[in-house]
Amino acid sequence: MRPLAVRALSAVSGIGRGAEAMFGALRDRRSGLAPCDFERLSIGWTGRVAGVETHALPSRLAQFDCRNNRLADLALRTGGFVDIVADARTRLGADRIGVVVGTSTSGIGALEAAYSMRDPDTGALSPDFDYVHSHDLSSLSSFVQQALCLTGPAMTVSAACASSARCFVDAAHFIETGICDAVVVGGADSLCAMTLRGFASLGLVSPNPCRPCDAARDGISVGEAAGFALLESSRTSPSGSGLAVLGTGGSSDAHHMSAPHPEALGAVLAMRAALADAGLSPEAIDYVNLHGTGTRANDAMEDRAVMAVFGRGVACSSTKGWTGHTMGSSGILELAISALCIEHDLVPGCLSVETVDPAFEARVAMANENRSVRRVMTNSFGFGGINCSLILGAMP
Amino acid sequence: MIEVDVLGVSVLGPGLPGWAESVPVLTGVREWTYAVANPPPPALLPANERRRAGIVVRLAMAVAEEAVAMAGLPRDKPRGVFASSSGDGVVLHAILSAMIASDGQISPTQFHNSVHNAVAANWTIGAGSTRPATSIGMHDDTFAAGLLKAAAETSHEGETLLFCAYDAPLPEPLSAKRSIAFPFALALVIAPSGRCSGAPRGRPDHAPPSIARLTVSYAAGPPEPTGWLPAAAGPRALATGNPAARGLRLLEALACRSQDRFSLPLSGGRVNVAVTP
Repeated sequence: MRPLAVRALSAVSGIGRGAEAMFGALRDRRSGLAPCDFERLSIGWTGRVAGVETHALPSRLAQFDCRNNRLADLALRTGGFVDIVADARTRLGADRIGVVVGTSTSGIGALEAAYSMRDPDTGALSPDFDYVHSHDLSSLSSFVQQALCLTGPAMTVSAACASSARCFVDAAHFIETGICDAVVVGGADSLCAMTLRGFASLGLVSPNPCRPCDAARDGISVGEAAGFALLESSRTSPSGSGLAVLGTGGSSDAHHMSAPHPEALGAVLAMRAALADAGLSPEAIDYVNLHGTGTRANDAMEDRAVMAVFGRGVACSSTKGWTGHTMGSSGILELAISALCIEHDLVPGCLSVETVDPAFEARVAMANENRSVRRVMTNSFGFGGINCSLILGAMP
Repeated sequence: MIEVDVLGVSVLGPGLPGWAESVPVLTGVREWTYAVANPPPPALLPANERRRAGIVVRLAMAVAEEAVAMAGLPRDKPRGVFASSSGDGVVLHAILSAMIASDGQISPTQFHNSVHNAVAANWTIGAGSTRPATSIGMHDDTFAAGLLKAAAETSHEGETLLFCAYDAPLPEPLSAKRSIAFPFALALVIAPSGRCSGAPRGRPDHAPPSIARLTVSYAAGPPEPTGWLPAAAGPRALATGNPAARGLRLLEALACRSQDRFSLPLSGGRVNVAVTP
């Protein structure tokens, strides 16, 4: 594909709000994980975003109020994102800018609360509970579209933990076929009881801060995050410097609902598809930001995949030791982290890792390495065997 | 503006039991009569998954299989766009109910089946397909969003694509908040027409004959409120009862092999569709 200019990029996660805060945490190797205290659940450690509970949506959008949209709003109002989109709106027209954003569970926290307060006699949900503006999948994309005063096509992608990565693929199709000149991509996933209890039921939550790639890794830490990028066509984007999405790749495992493919078939296909899409050889990638959840199966599978595609030539690491696994928002969050890696020539070594799994063959970075990082591949894999790889680098 | 060819089509809904039997109803030759849509457990799935397959999985797998067969494609060939407003409400309700029960424990199987892309996953597993598949939702505008997305993807990628839209009623108490009146699913297999703007690779040589050509575009501003309803009385009544049934106007044009033009609402704007046999 033709590179898509990243005109604006913003994220909020357990390691802070915006590029400066997130880079500080990466540089100083400060984790955002803490023992889970979400809604009186104590399920491992979580990467929780501070200030969500007290953040108020703009009054004209108050009907969208729920934890997920508050998190999304925090990201929109970070790093001048709203202003850059406003400029693009003036330049391109509101109808030429689409919204394709991802979430796995949308505003399910509001629905969980409504279930806990069902009418004891009838079982009915409260008349005050607003389903369409909170839990419905359309809630996130409608909220973002209205918050940014856009009138291009809007839709929500929900593909488990690959949601906000997959929306880059879907947005690229809209831009390449001329339906849009620019698309707001990204997404939000917020802490909720279902995700915490669900991963606990699968035995996949670590009692400690997650340690992706460690020999003794024992599961994930659940996190929350939101992030957005404004992608713009090279047809209209002012030329010059700046970052671009150089390639995207997707695949399906065709294997199992929750277990990764043991031979890493789908992950290899997605990474190779992204390289082919970008017209790049594996040597052109300086760093691979792994999906690296910290489960036994995922990290072992991904090591095989990286070895198959890159061999030992590329440094790789997971940044989930900082943020936890932020579910459907991990794709956009880790793309924002990848942008920081390029900007600051940083390979962030896996956090909390004592010994890299001796069975691993790929070159896992353990400590922060300061060296030239021009292009990063970031991986996202989800339940159902959906895989997505994105390549970020300087606009050629 | 994007042009794509329709290579395969299927429908499953009340009184619409698959494409061949639905054509007389959609063309007005036979009057529509209510009969519940009851697709069988998907033969493509392994035994455990087949047993667990709820109504949305059964619906979607049945239409996907028929449309891909009509297109004469191997099942593992097309890319996928799966569109549903509300996914599997039965699984969601079971999890939410379990969480407010005394111990709050939920079933791991139900948890992994609760993802919106569970149907896409079942299809790719059943079909043995490693092709990319996306899953989207956009409330009542889900069909329009999926059609626009599917047309853009097949056109840009230069490959065949399975587009599947499905929804089924939610159980109480969710049903009071989100009304879906009956189970309904449709599937299209599409390919680039070779004349679409922005298509770098054109139509694949091996694609089978086209049923119709679709021209799809997006414009700001809502469409006429009822401009997307089908003409025949039965389908017209169904079209507002399930988000996937908003595709019935398109299915009617395909069944009648007639020219048609209509606009569907999407996120405050509209998706313009032109059908040419």
